[in-house]
Amino acid sequence: MSESTPISDRVLAHLREVADAPDLSGTRYDWIEPLGRGGMSTVWRARDRALDRDVALKVLAAPAAAGVAERLVAEAKILARLDHPGIVPVHDVGVLPDGRVFYVMKRVHGRRLDELVRAGANEAERLRILVRVGEAVAFAHAQGVVHCDLKPSNVMVGAFGEVLVLDWGVAKGLASTTSGGGAPMRVGTPGFMAPEQERGDSDAIDAQSDVYSLGALLRALLGERPARPLAAIAAKAMQPEKAARYADVPALLEDLARYQAGEAVRALPEGPGMKLLRLYRQHRVAVWLVAAYLVARAAFIVWGRPGREGG
Amino acid sequence: MVAEDDERIPAAAARPSAFPATRLSVCEAVRSGDPAVRRVGWDALVEAYWKPVCRYVRLRWRADGEEAADLTQGFFARALEKEFFESFDPQRARFRTFLRVCLDGFVANVRQSAARLKRGGGAAPVALEPETAGAPLADGDLDACFHREWVRALFDAAIGDLRARCESEGKRQHFELFRKRDLEAAESDAPPSYDELARDSGLPVTQVTNLLAWARRALREAVLARLRALCASEQEFRDEARALLGFTPP
Repeated sequence: MSESTPISDRVLAHLREVADAPDLSGTRYDWIEPLGRGGMSTVWRARDRALDRDVALKVLAAPAAAGVAERLVAEAKILARLDHPGIVPVHDVGVLPDGRVFYVMKRVHGRRLDELVRAGANEAERLRILVRVGEAVAFAHAQGVVHCDLKPSNVMVGAFGEVLVLDWGVAKGLASTTSGGGAPMRVGTPGFMAPEQERGDSDAIDAQSDVYSLGALLRALLGERPARPLAAIAAKAMQPEKAARYADVPALLEDLARYQAGEAVRALPEGPGMKLLRLYRQHRVAVWLVAAYLVARAAFIVWGRPGREGG
Repeated sequence: MVAEDDERIPAAAARPSAFPATRLSVCEAVRSGDPAVRRVGWDALVEAYWKPVCRYVRLRWRADGEEAADLTQGFFARALEKEFFESFDPQRARFRTFLRVCLDGFVANVRQSAARLKRGGGAAPVALEPETAGAPLADGDLDACFHREWVRALFDAAIGDLRARCESEGKRQHFELFRKRDLEAAESDAPPSYDELARDSGLPVTQVTNLLAWARRALREAVLARLRALCASEQEFRDEARALLGFTPP
């Protein structure tokens, strides 16, 4: 390449990418390629030299404020406790020479939930995935951690149907007053974050914030014409006032289980008509079998008695 | 991509390492009361904007290489003569946008005067005041076009800085790997792997990746150094760095 020849668009794009690459000197990681970019961070495929394995390394876009690194390490210790098959935990956390914070996570393979939905997963499969997500989140809550950024792109479904909740980088310790280890700030994704997250009200963010996000996730999975009970469950989970939401994730999951079992859900009080309709839907085959039997029986009584023809 | 006609780039624009000669930003330097500082500022400004201006004139005003070079030269000469960059107010716009609007006004006036002469009219004075600059500020496409060329020139210059640094620090191998992997191979659909680079250069793969990592870090530093000098404020620098490289520098 001569000095007077300007670089092409392709080379320029490549240079911008490599210039954005994290400076990992002093760490045990080498970056390999970007896996995805978001508004707040970039995730890189990186190599952990010490353990000779690929990892996902997430680098936040802005440098950490003074004193934040220590709190991030404390948060990482909390996250490291999350030993659950549905959770991709943070392995490591640190600060790059340019002041940016990075997280190291297990690199997982599979399809993101938003991709799976676009590919046309059926309702039963979508609900199964949502329940698995809820179980993982409920486990985290029991360990004192709120995810704070549940959305389809943070859920991965593996080749064998295993469901993994990703990106615990902005998770919040229930006992702490800050999110992601920093000063109170607005974390989450519009459309999925609870009103208290929108406001940046760190003190108000708790397990019920994740209940809201799970409701938003359910709504995103339902499509345009959801069943009424499911729409009601999503609406209850997404109530602006926390007191009107499910008290916790298990309560939300119980209601989902009721729907899956064909029972009435707590989010949708039903009258006699709705109850009959639900029972009909639940026992549709039996109802039709009984009806067919009764019709046949009646026909037999009316027309089928021997000797009647002869008078 | 636009073919380049850089033969007439002034010395200042062709001198890679003279750029961040002052801690002042270019915008501050060209408005300085000290003639020496002003001179350095002008050199840096011409160096940074010559190529983007020239390419922008070709794209936006459909000028051929010769005319684009004439207009670019005329623009900087007139801007220096009239000292109109002194009226730049960082509170109102980015310097890049201000310069682009002035450039559009200049070219529009030159073209208008040329048309008038063809029709037999007398020579009219060419206005170069920012207020009379022609194209509207809100035109996103024009801004995007100028911005794209400005980024290209910035990285071009940063590559020059990197090359100069590698030569002065005895790191020619670093630059050679960078050239092969990030400049030449980036044009290819099948760039050489690190293993292939290691084989070709007779180095272990880990050393290849280390040398490349250093070169890329140095490139980023060069881009940021140039960017910092070109921005009128710290906030503008941070915003530009975020947009260019995806992160906010400390």
